[in-house]
Formats: sequence, structure tokens, C-alpha cells
Amino acid sequence: MSEHVLEIRWHGRGGQGAKTACAMLASVAIGTGKYAQAAPEYGAEREGAPIKAYTRISDGVIRVHDAIYYPDIVMVLDDTLLVTEGVAQGLSEDGTLLVNTQMSPAEVRRTLELEGRTIYTIDATTIAIEEIGRPIPNTVMIGALVAVTGVVEVEDIKKKIEQKLGAKLSAKMLEGNMRAVERAFEEVRSENG
Amino acid sequence: MAERVALTGNDSAAYALKQINPDVMAVYPITPQTELMHKFAAYVADGEVVTELVRVESEHSAMSAVVGASVAGARAATATSANGLALMWEVLYIAASCRCPVVACVVNRALSGPINIHCDHSDTMGARDSGWLQLYCENCQEVYDNTIQAVRIAEHPDVRLPVMVCFDGFILSHTLEALEVNDDETVRRFIGQFERPDNLLDVAHAQTFGMFALQNYYYEFKKQQVDAMANAPAVIQQIGDEYAELTGRSYGLLDAYRCDDADVILLGLGSTMGTVKQAADDLGEQEGLKCGVLKIRSFRPFPAEQILQAIAGAQIVGVMDRAVSFGLGGPLFHEVRSARYGHQDGPMLDFIYGLGGRDLGLDDAKGIFRSLADASESGRYEPTTRYVGVRE
Repeated sequence: MSEHVLEIRWHGRGGQGAKTACAMLASVAIGTGKYAQAAPEYGAEREGAPIKAYTRISDGVIRVHDAIYYPDIVMVLDDTLLVTEGVAQGLSEDGTLLVNTQMSPAEVRRTLELEGRTIYTIDATTIAIEEIGRPIPNTVMIGALVAVTGVVEVEDIKKKIEQKLGAKLSAKMLEGNMRAVERAFEEVRSENG
Repeated sequence: MAERVALTGNDSAAYALKQINPDVMAVYPITPQTELMHKFAAYVADGEVVTELVRVESEHSAMSAVVGASVAGARAATATSANGLALMWEVLYIAASCRCPVVACVVNRALSGPINIHCDHSDTMGARDSGWLQLYCENCQEVYDNTIQAVRIAEHPDVRLPVMVCFDGFILSHTLEALEVNDDETVRRFIGQFERPDNLLDVAHAQTFGMFALQNYYYEFKKQQVDAMANAPAVIQQIGDEYAELTGRSYGLLDAYRCDDADVILLGLGSTMGTVKQAADDLGEQEGLKCGVLKIRSFRPFPAEQILQAIAGAQIVGVMDRAVSFGLGGPLFHEVRSARYGHQDGPMLDFIYGLGGRDLGLDDAKGIFRSLADASESGRYEPTTRYVGVRE
């Protein structure tokens, strides 16, 4: 039997950090001894254009090199993509959809006319503006993903943020990113409230 | 000590090149190769290598600089993609005929037009008659390992020919994966020093390079290239074995996966072979189909004998081509079929796929295996060439 591969598909817009989040999650997983793959889907790069990115995580070697058609988890970084991008396409029956939006999970469910699956929402852009000062929701979304799935440890994510962004960001921005991850844990909304 | 890291294909190649520490690296940016060059340029700027980084004004100049450096005795390397490789064209042949053992990482990308930045093998397939060796990579680990081995293969006295390390644009170049890297000292010892015996700068034994040779000598030059290429399979195998002893990862001319008792075997190159291996496993478990995968690592030299051995027991053979020779079909298909002539019978189908980066999903790979099994069962083999995933 092949090892199960957890497949995460990211939908975002150019500039929202989907590519960075996708790679950060994979490298954290690899750092803990797992196998992982992060593959952003490139087009003609331009800010605001819809983009997809793929993260795979497994205990065994990952051999496939295709797009993710049947994700276990879908991450939506921009809720305007809900109606234009078919974000739930192929999402497995017991899969999870996590959306950056001010809507409730029930509203997202109505918008997508989706049955089954588990929906979570979080207002990641507002948190990002408040904590980081910029509308880049990716670190908040990673925090929310870790909060609802436990796919990696939050401490490992924080270490990676410090390692990857520490040299680029001011101490204040870095702290803001850490707080953003923590707030994601508290503010992610499930359908049960 | 080996270390487990997370790198993209471009970063894997750059890391290998850092450890190789070539004397000269000539580079010109082109997507999707550019990040490789960026990373290597950072190693130069940080003083982690002693390489002279030559920033040229075109790929034609990049390959020319590499040839010049090589005949002057330097260990030289470059990297490019697609139209960049096309612009190197005339100098590729010169590098091979001057017996320059240089390494070029080619990040596979579709040739224009229409303009496209994504993966297919139209770029390197066109260079298959240039006199270069070509190694294709399935994943980032192989990008790293092949780049290191390429140096040894190229410089081996029985070969002394340039080597292309080919890896799929974006699918590998921009995909982050787990891989194991050697420590610097291990790589340094493995590749050793490069001593070019016919050195342009050896003024005590002055020689001419890139000279004029008409009816009198040109033919002999070409025959020597033919002979050197004929020596290459044994050298590739020997260096692969040596590398396996060092790292535990074995490399040969090809990689036969579940081929021994397979009814259906699919051949191909590059990153897609990982997806196809998964499809072979799944179909074996779920549908009882006996599927094998034959990944060709060395496309030049073409390992005809080894291919014949690996596919001897199959009822039907499929070949996957990520390039097309207009008016003929898939280049790999036609070479495999030609290799079988006079030795092996049996039906074959050609599957063209993935042109311009069109994704080949796991479902597509399973579909290819099933269509081979169906053809074998029904005895209907037409059409021979099939276009996977194209809209008509």
C-alpha cells in the first residue's frame, strides 16, 4: 500500500503570499522528518491574478508530479474567488475548506451550494492589517490551517517564519506575524460557532 | 555527513554547482532557469565559491564563453531553458566537437511559438544530435545527483564530451521537495580535479582549437565523437555505481520499475515518470493490471540494449513523448521502435502529452495504461500515435 498523501490546494491572488505559504508549510513538514512537496502553478505573474498552489505532505516518498485534483484541504485566500474559481472542485467527501472571509461558514456553504465537507472561515485580511500592517493573509491562513488540522506544530511554523522572514522584516513586523498566527488559533470559525 | 534539506529543483542544481565549484560559469537569465542562476550568483557574491561568473549578453555568448574557458583548461558550466538553448545551438555542436567536457543544466521549457514558459521537451529533443550527452531527472534529488555525476561523466578520459542535465521547468525547477545532499568535502573528492591534457594555455605544447577541417579531416573528428559516445554507457554506469556506494542512491542508464513481470510497460523521461510509477502501483492494487515503468535516464547515449532487455517480457509497450517531431511523431517512440527492429516484435503505441506544460494527472497516467491493456486485449493498435489531453 502506498502511504497516504495529504493534499492541500491553495487558491489566492498574486501578492497574497499563497506561494510563500505553500512552500513554508512544506519545508516545515520536511524539517520534522516528513516528505512534502510545494508546487505553485505559474502563469503570467501579475498582482491580483488568480493563482493556485499545491502542497503535499506524507510519511513516505511523494512520487507524483501533477496538479492536485482531489484535495483533502482547500485554502482560499480571497473570497472573491469562491464564485469564479470552482474552489471546491474535487474536494474529498470528508475534506476541509478554509476561507479568508468575513462571511460565516454557513454563508460560504450557501454561496458554494456545497454539501458535506467541513467549512472554516477566518477574517485573515483584517488580522493581517491589524497585526502586520499589510493585507497579506498568508501567515494567518497557515495559523488557521494548523489550528483546525494539526498538520504540523505551530511552534515549528513560528520558527520557520522567524528563519525565513527574520532577516527581511523589522522586529515589529516579525512580532506582528507571530501574533497573527496566534490570533488565527483564536478566531478561526467553524460551523458550530 | 549527508543532510536532509528542502529545496526546489533550481536550488538543488545551484547547490550541486556550489559544491562542484566550477572555475567558470557563464549565465544569461531565462525563465524558468533564472532562479538557478540567481542562487548561484548569490554563492559567488557570498564568497562560497571561487567561480568566475561571466555575465554575458546572450545564450550564444554564454555557450561561447564556456567553450573558451573549457579549452583553456577550466571546469566550466552554464544553465538555460528553451529559446536560450535554441540560441546556443551552433555553439552546442562546437562544444562537442572541441571535446569540451562542460555541464549545462537545461530546465526544460516549450520552444516558442506561441510563447510559453512551461515544460515540455521540445528544447532538448532538438539538441539530441548535437553531440551532447543528455540525462533526464525525475525529481529534485535526481537534479542534485545528476548534476554532480555529470561532471565526472563529461570529464572521463574515455568520454570527454559535454553533458546536459535536463529537468522539467516549473514541475521540478519551482517545486520544493525533500532531498538528501552530500557534504562539500564528499563532492569535492568525488569529482576530483579537472586536468585537460590539450590545454590552450599550455604554450610549451601549442595547439589549435576550433580550427578549419574540410574533406581532409572533418569526418575523422566526427568519427571520434561517435566513438567517445559509444564509450559513454559504460562510464555512466561505472560512475553511477561509484555514486551509489557513496550515497546509497543508485543510478544507471535507465530505471526499470516493476518491469520484470509486467504485461504492459510505459517508457518515458523526466518528472512524469514519478506520476506513472504511482499509476502502476495503483492499477496493480486496484485492478490487478501488471504495469511496469521504464524511465530513461540517459537519452544520449541511447541505451538500446538495456531497453530491449527491460521490455522483453511485455505484451505491449507504450512510449510517452513530451515533444513531437512534426511529420513523424514522438522522438523517443521512434527511437525505441527502431531499437527493437530485428530483435523484438510486439505492438507499440506512442502517447504525446504535456506540450506547453499541459498537466498530466495521475488519472491520465492510469488512462494510458488502460488504453495499452485494452489494445493488447483487443488486438487493435490504431492509431499508433495518440495525443493525451488535447482538445480537438
